[in-house]
Amino acid sequence: MAKRVPEGPAPDPAVQKLRVRYAKRGRLRFTSTRDFQRALERAVRRARLPVAFSAGFHPHPKISYANAAATGWASEAEYFEISLTERADPAQVAVALDEALPPGLDVLQVVEAEPGALADRLQASVWRVDLPGADVTGLRSALERLLAMDRAEVTRMTKSGARTFDVRAAIERAELTADPAGLDLVLHHTTPAVRPTDILTALTELCGWQADRTRSVTRLAQGPMRADGALDDPLTERG
Amino acid sequence: MGGRHTLGRMSGESIFPALEPLLDQVSKPIQYVGGELNSQVKDWDCGGFGPAGEALTTRWALMYPDAYEVGLPNQGVMILYEVLNERTDALAERTYAVWPDLEALMREHDVPQFTVDGHRPVRDFDVLGVSFSTELGYTNLLTALDLAGMPLHAADRAESDPLVIAGGHAAFNPEPIADFIDAAVVGDGEQAVLAITDEIKRWKAEGRPGGRRELLLRLARTGGVYVPAFYDVDYLPDGRIKRVAPSPSAPGVPWRVSKHTVMDLDAWPYPKQPLVPLAETVHERMSVEIFRGCTRGCRFCQAGMITRPVRERSITGIGEMVEKGLAATGFEEVGLLSLSSADHTEIAEVTKGLADRYEGTQTGLSLPSTRVDAFNIDLANELTRNGRRSGLTFAPEGGSERIRKVINKMVSEDDLINTVAAAYGAGWRQVKLYFMCGLPTETDEDVLQIAELAKRVIDTGRQVSGRRDIRCTVSIGGFVPKPHTPFQWCAQLGPEETDARLAKLREAIRSDKRYGSAIGMRYHDGEPGLIEGLLSRGDRRVGRVIEAVWRDGGRFDGWSEHFSFERWMRCATTAFADLPVDVQWYTTRERGETEVLPWDHLDSGLDKEWLWDDWQDALDETEVDDCRWTPCFDCGVCPQMGTDIQIGPTGKKLLPLSVV
Repeated sequence: MAKRVPEGPAPDPAVQKLRVRYAKRGRLRFTSTRDFQRALERAVRRARLPVAFSAGFHPHPKISYANAAATGWASEAEYFEISLTERADPAQVAVALDEALPPGLDVLQVVEAEPGALADRLQASVWRVDLPGADVTGLRSALERLLAMDRAEVTRMTKSGARTFDVRAAIERAELTADPAGLDLVLHHTTPAVRPTDILTALTELCGWQADRTRSVTRLAQGPMRADGALDDPLTERG
Repeated sequence: MGGRHTLGRMSGESIFPALEPLLDQVSKPIQYVGGELNSQVKDWDCGGFGPAGEALTTRWALMYPDAYEVGLPNQGVMILYEVLNERTDALAERTYAVWPDLEALMREHDVPQFTVDGHRPVRDFDVLGVSFSTELGYTNLLTALDLAGMPLHAADRAESDPLVIAGGHAAFNPEPIADFIDAAVVGDGEQAVLAITDEIKRWKAEGRPGGRRELLLRLARTGGVYVPAFYDVDYLPDGRIKRVAPSPSAPGVPWRVSKHTVMDLDAWPYPKQPLVPLAETVHERMSVEIFRGCTRGCRFCQAGMITRPVRERSITGIGEMVEKGLAATGFEEVGLLSLSSADHTEIAEVTKGLADRYEGTQTGLSLPSTRVDAFNIDLANELTRNGRRSGLTFAPEGGSERIRKVINKMVSEDDLINTVAAAYGAGWRQVKLYFMCGLPTETDEDVLQIAELAKRVIDTGRQVSGRRDIRCTVSIGGFVPKPHTPFQWCAQLGPEETDARLAKLREAIRSDKRYGSAIGMRYHDGEPGLIEGLLSRGDRRVGRVIEAVWRDGGRFDGWSEHFSFERWMRCATTAFADLPVDVQWYTTRERGETEVLPWDHLDSGLDKEWLWDDWQDALDETEVDDCRWTPCFDCGVCPQMGTDIQIGPTGKKLLPLSVV
């Protein structure tokens, strides 16, 4: 029996790969990763970008996503890569894509991809966790307790069931702010990923903090970790 | 209605700040936030004010009473949303059924039913327009009313409450929800909502004389808006209806209320800017309605009966809608919608023209409803030229030649076999066939014929293609008799009998080892169909069952994981305890020619005598032709409604799009 092959010519090859930084803001922070992918693929078509397609029976646009923030979290630093069949000016792509995406999914920066995998450059994230109305005194002592620990194990439900893991090793920096109440966090990207909400779980379950449900999480930056604990821009080669 | 200030809250003010903290705690929160491409939030007072400060904006909350993922793609709501929002003196926003997880939180935190556009409370609007594609959305209407803070019963509503107006195909018999709605509109909604908006605006500008009753009277007197409260129903001792008549307290209200028919579809190219959801929905494509109405005359098909006559959109009108719609949305698939899309007089030119235009752009075309006898391989090839060659779907509906005569689905077995042979020969590997079980006069033999047909399909496919890896999926639904069809009098088949018949069919398919997994069978059990039957052909007394079920926790009855047959039957037993009727009386009972049917006073244009004659023809296995290519057979619609068939061909062609 002959093997079936797709009809028609092979798709045009990709000649340019762009890296895009975008923000998830306001009510559109409730988009899931899949929601964003659908919105982006439609925006690419509306913007008439010459996106490259994979070969095969079900061609799909060559877009790869990296390390997306969870549903419900805002972000100023989400990333994807897109391959084009014709060269385009990254600045013009930024404008066209931003116009085609709904307000709240905002394109911030587009650059030509440098060698190396983008995922390798996304080593850590800066997070802002707002905790309006939180008991700051209680939070301060809980945070001190957490930072004094060598290991702090929490359990979270994942798709593959309950997983228990250490959150302490992922903390590069954790600082409390009193007004507005909240936490500034720098967390290493580990496996399994330690989320800012896992830190809140540790503060509640291991360190005696009385948590309130009201919280909002925003990712402010992602990038390679410098020796001094600050993050570099993952889209530009440094040093 | 509108303009009210409660506890310091301005009318039309967003409740989003109260909703937002709840969204972290529910599944798929994106469905509640709005912000879809092409959605809009207009100024609450876009229509301005009269000399004495009267608010002149007419505000519509449009509801599809099911989950967002089902409701968002609904064409009816999308069209009305755009038609209303194009008016400078009106605004329309959308609201959907919230899932039980959010419902519980909204009750706990006192958050009212809201629109997803402006997150405005539904109770602040002038009208809550609810589109019922199916009767199984009735309990969700009650949830929305209750969450909105409105009385469930129209009779208890305050001056400031919105008018609740039902539309959609189920509104052709609105009697089961008569207690809960203020009005119903039957037929095409485009012009009807504009006319209602005019009436409301005039009444508001006059300072709302006579309050909401006067407004309802004005609407009812137009003859195109049904207000159940203005009609009295009397019953015979045996439970049948004696008479439905305009109430003496409502002078000037007509005996019968007419359906609305939009003529010249090219003048109504909606939706122009289809909504593009962020959330995943049931139809991930853009839809263009290529014609409305159907005169094939399938006797089970309510949609075909109530949407007559056929009105085609022209090939150039279709081309323009596809072009503008794709540019506005970025969808990668276009569905050419209608009740039988291959019947468009220029379907070959339309599909070829569109396939040419969008060659190389990864844009797929689909014809969701295609008749076997109107289908051909050239058409199928055009449809798959730029997209994917998935399965082909046909609906013979009846398994035997005899039952297809009864239902007037004039498709012969040879038509079907020839078509699938051509499809398998052209490279398709999978064919899906839809059937119904429980049709009038049906026997086990008729249903067992489905197995024989499926086997012949596989045999033919294997022979033509020389391959073994071909499949046929048989999908079967229980038949539910609907109002305004020739089968409105017939007895519905009970769930036990339906299930037994389907079990025999499954055995007949399974027992023949030559076919193994080549034939798949999908079906639902018969219980939900009985409740749909109760709601479809029910009268006003069924309203108390709906309310009891809702009070008992009934929600999302179209979803098998939420539907409870036991609850419906239990609540019906209690609700009907002091009446000479029960669920069987409404469903499995055959009606006589002279019985007053609950929907007789809603005029679909179909002549009741013609429907009865067609029912008798069905029993005699006599077929009726299509008036598009044979002379009129007097169904009554065109003379009654002052309409006429509008079909091509126009002889025009789609030209290539200029490259941008």
